[in-house]
Amino acid sequence: MTWTRRHLLDLQSLSAEELTLVLDTAREFRAVGERSIKKVPALRGKTVVNLFVEPSTRTRISFELAALRLSADVINFTAEASSLKKGETLKDTVRNLEALNAEFIILRHGASGAPQFLSQFARSHVINAGDGAHEHPTQGLLDVFTIRERKGRIEGLNVTILGDILYSRVARSNIWALVTLGARVTLCGPSTLVPKIFEQLHPSIRVTWNLDEALRDADVVNLLRIQHERQRINAFPSIGEYASLFGLTQARMARLRDHALIMHPGPINRGVEIASEVADGGQSVILEQVTNGLAVRMAVLFLLNGGRQSDLRTPA
Amino acid sequence: MSDVLLEPRVLHRTIARMAHEIAERNPQSADLALVGIQKGGVALAGRLATALEPILGHPVPVGLLDVAMYRDDLGQRAAPALMPTEISFPLDGRIVVLVDDVLFSGRTIRAALDALTDLGRPRLVQLAVLVDRGHRELPIRADFVGKNLPTSLRQRVDVRWTEDGGDDTVRMLERPA
Repeated sequence: MTWTRRHLLDLQSLSAEELTLVLDTAREFRAVGERSIKKVPALRGKTVVNLFVEPSTRTRISFELAALRLSADVINFTAEASSLKKGETLKDTVRNLEALNAEFIILRHGASGAPQFLSQFARSHVINAGDGAHEHPTQGLLDVFTIRERKGRIEGLNVTILGDILYSRVARSNIWALVTLGARVTLCGPSTLVPKIFEQLHPSIRVTWNLDEALRDADVVNLLRIQHERQRINAFPSIGEYASLFGLTQARMARLRDHALIMHPGPINRGVEIASEVADGGQSVILEQVTNGLAVRMAVLFLLNGGRQSDLRTPA
Repeated sequence: MSDVLLEPRVLHRTIARMAHEIAERNPQSADLALVGIQKGGVALAGRLATALEPILGHPVPVGLLDVAMYRDDLGQRAAPALMPTEISFPLDGRIVVLVDDVLFSGRTIRAALDALTDLGRPRLVQLAVLVDRGHRELPIRADFVGKNLPTSLRQRVDVRWTEDGGDDTVRMLERPA
């Protein structure tokens, strides 16, 4: 299996083989992160632009460190301090960055489809770092990577995604990667945030508003933050009510299988979707996700950097 | 079209001779370690370690090294598959024998030297290859050579180890013109 894509825009269009190639590649980059010299020269001389039109700290830092550890040069470009504030269009911004010979554009944008739009004219490689409520492919990849490293497989696992599904790009990217790799996905949360229509995406997806049912057979529980900033309506009466109905408390942990993993893309709201004891407990892999995120992003940059099929030379 | 260059019996004798040469060159054998370059060098490193143990009277540690992240042509070809790098012993102060199956342009060895430097500081690095087919593009030469084989650029040296599902035979293949 050889990687042939120029951009990483979503996980929906990736095959099981492509997903597996990213995960296998990420495993070797995680080993690099455990060495005393954590840097390799694979992207020496390449320029990576973090174009974050929507604010983000952890994803940007993770991409920045990934690029640095591959020996690339990194420019951080945030909307607050940029020409976008002065009325420049996204297209013009990117053309200017490309005029500086940037090879990679990592785009975080509030509008779904913004990376796709970029990819239609960009000469550089476009990586989606989260677009609206559409997808957050590297988050989906790092979640699946974390599960596979811990469980040894994805196929046949029961994965519950709990929380704000409707507004979550993390949920969508997770869903696509998981079902493509053969997991069964249960979506759970308040009915206003977990519409039944999600079941129509794929036969391996079920929706339930009953937390006990969602937890009973779960091998993995992935908790999503309530995204106040993305909610246009009041989806539930109060944070307190959400915590009491859907928060993962110690009492609810007792109903989970002993081997079930607890995941969260962060930032966590302690006492809301997750109790402190659960977040810090032995089944939590939340910090492992952060470590793995770096490895997955190095893998994505490494794979996209390869030459395309059309311009390949005969191998020696 | 393919020609057998080394049949299994000759291959085994060649490896035994290389092990003796490595032992002879390195009297301080306690510091010796073998590092096989992924993928063709891994099986050879294992064979050499097995052959060295009775000669030296003690086991020789073996590591695996993947050089893909250090290649100089990464932007010009599809991203190569990555394989594990596993060196479970400290490299500092060791005599490391890098092991590969075929020495050609020398670019893989250049990458391996960079990769090795990131993992530690060996006292001495030597190079052992089963086949030296010439056509060097860098100033690199092997310390231990199983067989020198003048080749044309259109030919390919194909080493099939039983460890990788092969038949312990080295063949010369002609590329279609």
